[in-house]
Parts: sequence; structure tokens; C-alpha cells
Amino acid sequence: MIDPIFLLEAAVNGIMLGGVLALLALGLNLIFGVLDVVWIAYVDLVMVSMYAVYFTVMVYGWPLWLGGLAGVALGVVLGLLVHVLIITPILDSPPVNQLLATGGLLFFIQSFATFLWTTDHRSVRIALPPLEIAGIFVSYARLISFVLSIAVMIGLYLFLTRTYIGTAMRAVSQDRGAMALMGANPQRVYLVTSAVGGAMAGVAAVLLSIQYSVHPYFGAAFGPITFMICVLGGLGNMVGAFVASFIMSEIIAIGGVVWSTEMGYVIAFALFIVMMFVRPGGIFARRQ
Amino acid sequence: MLTVSRLTKRFGGFTALNEVSFEVKEGEILGLIGPNGSGKTTCFNCVSGVLAPTAGTIRFLGDDIAGLTPDRICHRGLTRTFQIPRPFRKLSIADNVAVAAHYGATERTSEAEARRRALQVLDLVGLPTDSAALPTQLGAGGLKKLELARALATGPKLLLADESLGGLDPGEMASAADMLRRVRGELGITIVWVEHIMATLMRVVDRVVVLDHGEKIAEGRPRDVAEDPRVIEAYLGEKIVLE
Repeated sequence: MIDPIFLLEAAVNGIMLGGVLALLALGLNLIFGVLDVVWIAYVDLVMVSMYAVYFTVMVYGWPLWLGGLAGVALGVVLGLLVHVLIITPILDSPPVNQLLATGGLLFFIQSFATFLWTTDHRSVRIALPPLEIAGIFVSYARLISFVLSIAVMIGLYLFLTRTYIGTAMRAVSQDRGAMALMGANPQRVYLVTSAVGGAMAGVAAVLLSIQYSVHPYFGAAFGPITFMICVLGGLGNMVGAFVASFIMSEIIAIGGVVWSTEMGYVIAFALFIVMMFVRPGGIFARRQ
Repeated sequence: MLTVSRLTKRFGGFTALNEVSFEVKEGEILGLIGPNGSGKTTCFNCVSGVLAPTAGTIRFLGDDIAGLTPDRICHRGLTRTFQIPRPFRKLSIADNVAVAAHYGATERTSEAEARRRALQVLDLVGLPTDSAALPTQLGAGGLKKLELARALATGPKLLLADESLGGLDPGEMASAADMLRRVRGELGITIVWVEHIMATLMRVVDRVVVLDHGEKIAEGRPRDVAEDPRVIEAYLGEKIVLE
């Protein structure tokens, strides 16, 4: 029998992990919601930004906050580049072509990163003591990541609901054509969306950098789970993705304590497959 | 104000519009009528930029706007409504209109200014200005009003109203017709009104253009057009009675 304190600790860690997963999922979902294109390579962009944080902080000796800003800025630039160079020409192509294009980008980034930086694992070492609250140990880095993730998501929420460009993004996600007739240039809305999605990838990169080491296959570790969370929550459904992040992170964290981390992922993916039969439109989809 | 000349739109081998020409004069309400499938909506789509015309020119306030994107055309002061209302269902009624006021404006509009214009327009069309309500709470008549309010919020000089009052009861139909009259009277907006039920329209418009199978078959004052044998034939012998 497992000591309940370990389960509680796992649950707390699950919530911490869920924050960062939600950040990744919301970024991917935002882009899908507005552009109707799934950036399969989303987490690989995160990986590139993680390298930016690593090199600026560990090699050039920048302070972490400045390296972090560089990571976010690179995320924005990458988001814009992906949109202009890859998405714009195929915006009206069949979805399968778009998947192939962004999937191709994934392999391009992975291979190019391996070529440039080899497969070495590199980490931004910041020495933070673990925090003990009522017998539960929580890593400081995870707590900071969680708090910042939530703050960024609140920021995104306010951006989408309180600003005109955010409202236009929500409007375009509901009806592209009608928004153009009211004077909003859809291309501009797409560009802003890609920049915001890229910025979120950048923020996620910074928060992941202080917890995990980066390597060219980092996207393979977090990409599938991010995509799965988006589908589970209902593609394009922001609230659904947020809730699904925590469901998945809890399964992985608690499964990790009860059995092993690998088993946690097995259960999470098995649940995903079952849910695809039970609720193919996502957990919040209304039954037809 | 708007001069459409030899406007042609083909979809593959099908010619939806064949060399249609007409003119809209400033301050008038022009009726654009014709049986189902006669090309009225295609004509609207070409003029508002939703579709690029195959051939022909569309001059609005002196410039050729054929083939421009809808947002550019909107900024020049020409916008449209849809026959089937297309509100942003997850945005509040007030946000639906405010976002149109913000992006449709020719000059940069502050948020407060856009919000104020939105309330003005909502008030004009007779929708509640209560900001939290969603469009899903509106009935068919309310959705029509919202569609009109969004178009008006962009500050058009020329409004293409794809009205098709089919879904409305006689009372709502009369009030919608009255609404368009007020839009012209109070806001000074020129209107092109598309409709296939002719009776209501004929009492309101100054002039009528009749399309059939993608071609213009008649143009003139409602009284004369209603007597035109080709129009009567196009409407399968259904003669329009004007009191």
C-alpha cells in the first residue's frame, strides 16, 4: 500500500505539470481555432526557443530573466516565420496537405537541431531548494513555472476578451468571411494569432527550461501529449484544453507514483483512445 | 455612386451573371429582385468582394473596386448583410456590433468610441443594449436586426441589404421595410435591397432592377416594372399587385 502522502505529493506535482501542459495546449489550440491549421511542429518550436534560453544563459552568461525574454522573442519570430513561409501558401489547401507540411517542418527542425547542436542533453542549471509544505516536497522550479503559466493564461484570457484584436480573433475563429466584411483584414488577424501562439511557445520554453534539459527530440516527448490534450478537450476549445491538461497531468503523475512514469503515459494514452470512441468531439462536445 | 458594368461571374461552365449593368444613385433605395437562382446573391457577393468577378467593372465613388478584398471594400464605405444572419454566436450582442464598429471605421477608432457607436446602432435597430446577452437568445427577427446593426456599425455609405424576408411574419416584414426607410432617412445611407418576395419591396424602393437567369431583364420605377411582361413571365405569371 502506498503512503497517502506520496499520492498527495503526486497530485500536487500533477497540478504543477498541468499548468505547463495547459500553456502548450492553449497555444496550439489558439492557432488551430483561428487558422484551422494544426501546427504539428508546435513543441519543436518550443524546443528551439529552449536552446535560445540555454545558449544565452549558460554560454553567454545572460541573467535568466533576459535569456527568458530572448526565448519568448524567438518564439514570436518563429511563429511569424512559420505563418508567412509555410502556412500562408497552403492556407486553402486540404487539411491533409497542411498536416504533411507542418509534419515535414517537425522533421526539418529535429534534424537541423541535431546537426547544429548534436543530441547532447543540455540544461539550464538553476539551484533552487525544494519547498516543504506539510510534509510534501514541491520543486521551486515547478512552482514558479506553474504560477507563471497560470499568469500567462489569465493574460491570454484578458487579451482575447478585453481587446479588439482579441475579440476579432475570436470572431474570425467563428466566421472568417463575416469578419472581413466588417473591415478586419483576416491576414492581419492570422499574423497576430501566429505571433501570440509563438509567444506562448516561447514562454513555455522558458518554463520548461528550468525543469528539463533540452535536446533535439524534446518535441517528441511533449508534442504528442500536447496534441492529445487539444483533441481530448475538443480542437479549438480553450476551456476544454485547459481541463484536459490537468486530467492528463494527474494521470501521468499519480500513475507514475503507483506504477512508473512510463505506465502513467500508457494509461493516459489508453484513456485517450477510449475517449475517442466515447466522445470523439472532445470531453465538452455536445452529443449530436 | 455605384456603377456596375458588364459584370460577369462564371462558376466553371455555369454563368451565374452575364454582363449585368446597373447604376445606384446617391440617396436612393434600389430594389434588386428576381426569382430564386437569378443571380442576385452572386451579384452582391461580387460587389462586396466575397467573390472576384470573372469580368466587368464595379465603380464605387469613382474607383474600380472589382476584385478587392471585402475588408478594403468595407473601408471604402460599402458593406452588406447576409440573407441568413451570421452572428458571432459566442460573442455578446454588444461585442458583435462593437467589433464591427472598431474594424469597419475608416479612421482609427478608440475602444470607447466604437462601444458608443455600437450602442447607438443597437438603439436604432431596436435591440437591447444590455451587453451580456448572446445572439443565440434572439429570434429570427432579432437576428436580422443584429445583422443590420453590424453592417451599420461599420459606417457604410452604401448598404447592400440581402434581406429575403421569407423567414419573417407579416408584422416583422413591415417593420424590416420600415427599418430600411429609417436607415436611409436618418443616416443618409444609400441602399440596394435584395428580395425575392416583391410586394413588400415594391412599396419602399425608388427603382427596381430585375434579374433572371443571370441577366438583367428590366429596370425602372416599381409601377412600370411590375407591368413588364418579361418580369411577369420570370415570376411564372405571378403578377405583382400594388395598391
